[in-house]
Amino acid sequence: MARAVTSRRKIINTAAAWTVGLLIFFPILWTILTSFKTEATAIADPPVFIGFDWTLENYATVLERSDYARFLWNSIIIAGGSTILGILVAVPAAWSMAFVPSKRTKDILLWMLSTKMLPAVGVLYPIYLIFIKLGLLDSRTGLVIVLMLMNLPIIVWMLYTYFREIPGEILEAARMDGASLKEEILYVLTPMAVPGIASTLLLNFILAWNEAFWTLNLTAAKAAPLTAFIASYSSPEGLFYAKLSAASTMAIVPILILGWFSQKQLVSGLTFGAVK
Amino acid sequence: MSHIKSLYAATALTALTATGALAETTVTIATVNNGDMIRMQGLASEFEAQHPDIKLEWVTLEENVLRQRVTQDVAASGGQFDVMTIGTYEVPIWGQQGWLVSLNDLSEDWDADDLLPAIRDGLTVDGELYAAPFYGESSMVMYRKDLMQQAGLEMPEAPTWDFIKEAAAAMTDKENEIYGICLRGKAGWGENMAFLTAMANSFGARWFDEDWQPELNGEAWTETVNFYMDLMNNYGPPGASTNGFNENLSLFQQGKCGMWIDATVAASFVTNPDDSTVADQVGFALAPDNGLGRRGNWLWAWSLAVPAGSDATEEAKTFIEWATSKEYTALVAEKEGWANVPPGTRTSLYENPEYQEAAPFAEMTLGSINAADPTNPSVEPVPYTGVQFVAIPEFAGIATQVGQEISAALAGQQSVEEALEKAQMLTLDEMEAAGY
Repeated sequence: MARAVTSRRKIINTAAAWTVGLLIFFPILWTILTSFKTEATAIADPPVFIGFDWTLENYATVLERSDYARFLWNSIIIAGGSTILGILVAVPAAWSMAFVPSKRTKDILLWMLSTKMLPAVGVLYPIYLIFIKLGLLDSRTGLVIVLMLMNLPIIVWMLYTYFREIPGEILEAARMDGASLKEEILYVLTPMAVPGIASTLLLNFILAWNEAFWTLNLTAAKAAPLTAFIASYSSPEGLFYAKLSAASTMAIVPILILGWFSQKQLVSGLTFGAVK
Repeated sequence: MSHIKSLYAATALTALTATGALAETTVTIATVNNGDMIRMQGLASEFEAQHPDIKLEWVTLEENVLRQRVTQDVAASGGQFDVMTIGTYEVPIWGQQGWLVSLNDLSEDWDADDLLPAIRDGLTVDGELYAAPFYGESSMVMYRKDLMQQAGLEMPEAPTWDFIKEAAAAMTDKENEIYGICLRGKAGWGENMAFLTAMANSFGARWFDEDWQPELNGEAWTETVNFYMDLMNNYGPPGASTNGFNENLSLFQQGKCGMWIDATVAASFVTNPDDSTVADQVGFALAPDNGLGRRGNWLWAWSLAVPAGSDATEEAKTFIEWATSKEYTALVAEKEGWANVPPGTRTSLYENPEYQEAAPFAEMTLGSINAADPTNPSVEPVPYTGVQFVAIPEFAGIATQVGQEISAALAGQQSVEEALEKAQMLTLDEMEAAGY
């Protein structure tokens, strides 16, 4: 009897998980399907799901019109650079907050998070003017810095949570054995927190990859990443949904593949320390 | 340990690759994603071959994103762009602010006198031409000849609003999802308000009297918006309060609209058999009037301008001269056919028999453009320029809010009178705050 209930519950849970998963994935699936339609089929009413003449024409047009490789390379540099830089800054910060907290640590953590509550557009002009002065407009360096700063609160928070799960006694023991601060962080703390660091890296890479406010506002021709590539196919006067979908698919496929291969790390990192 | 080293290596690589330099003069062009602009981008290699010292970089963005980006850049002297694609709304305002470089010194061969007067006037401030028109557009009636015939009516070349209403009623067949008329309902200064402001001109309405006092709750505006609501509620498609250009284009191409009054640029889409199911049944007519001497059509020109912050002014001008010249038109005609040349900017194009033959909508486009007068848009005199807009910096914000009120009325959330009363109040407040 107990077994029957369990298996029925299992079926319900599985069905529920699949339903939610498909619901979340459906817009992406629809975008991918639309990218293989002609412009006329893309806007057909009622919509056509699979039974249409598949075409690669949109991809050919997009590849002919835009330098996809350049946008892709910019995305990789900007997302990768900002994530790595963020980790380098956040590991020592999270270490000090987790292992040598002061009276104000909690306040600092909350204050850091509060910067995420400010709408980005509120600081657009100051940052734009600073970028003009420093000559950082339309440069990958500038975007690496801005995106790092934007994601830093999340990186610090995530790492802080993971580090808190590591017993401070282990670090103490390392210190007793004569490890310096650098050695303690690099050779004792970091290897133990690898799942946490890996998932932080991945999540922030995805966030930086998808970031479309700063990447659109601070770039022109040279440093524009894939978000600008997608924006160049959107038009309020003209139905180019199939081409827009092809461009979107090309922009999300790399991150989708990355996410697929690293889902194990992502899940283990996100549930790190959740079960005692 | 090894992955920590690779982290450092990757960071160093990032720093190295993030810097770079270019030797030749680069002209960065900000442009919108539409057919004519994309074609120009495709043909730009010809320009680069003629000018090996100039390298062109393109930034293509969606219209609203582009507008925000270039405004931000020109206002802060960011210098990110050397050529900007802007419209007839921005040019007079930016020109007056000193944000644009005058193009009065373009060569004689470029032939400024050949530009259509209505277009040229809209881009000139105090005798200085601040932008070169790349293509011009107006609005007109596009209609289904077959449905019109079935209804036993014949579309005159220059219809009145009363005829449009009569035809819309006769063509509507809601059971078969055919709606007599499709018009913009989506809120925005460039969306429903572009259409309504142009329509209001033909009803004798104006945004402001000569002392800059708003007239939105006046009789003429009330009549305009009531007429529009009547058309939309009785003969329009359901959910019209969210319909913009693309939504109506989609409906028309699927054969669901009897008439559609919108930008002349739509003509080439609805007559394209690859995309449109009604391509061979489309007729054109001038935008309607009310017998008051003004038609309800607008005037817009996507134009190329050089921002004052550019460090490649001369090269940018060289490019603009090429892209807006008669030679460029000839180049497009040679490579892609006369039907694909950018329309609506030069008199010589409309005198060209080859063009007249290739573009069935040419005459209607020219007629529509000539029927619009940006310096004298309505029946009574106004203190502003602009046909479907008022060329003051405050207008975009005000008209978008007014557009939201009217869109809400169309969605049935309030009455026309309430919407216009609110519109009047908010316009009054904004104009007072702006010091008018």
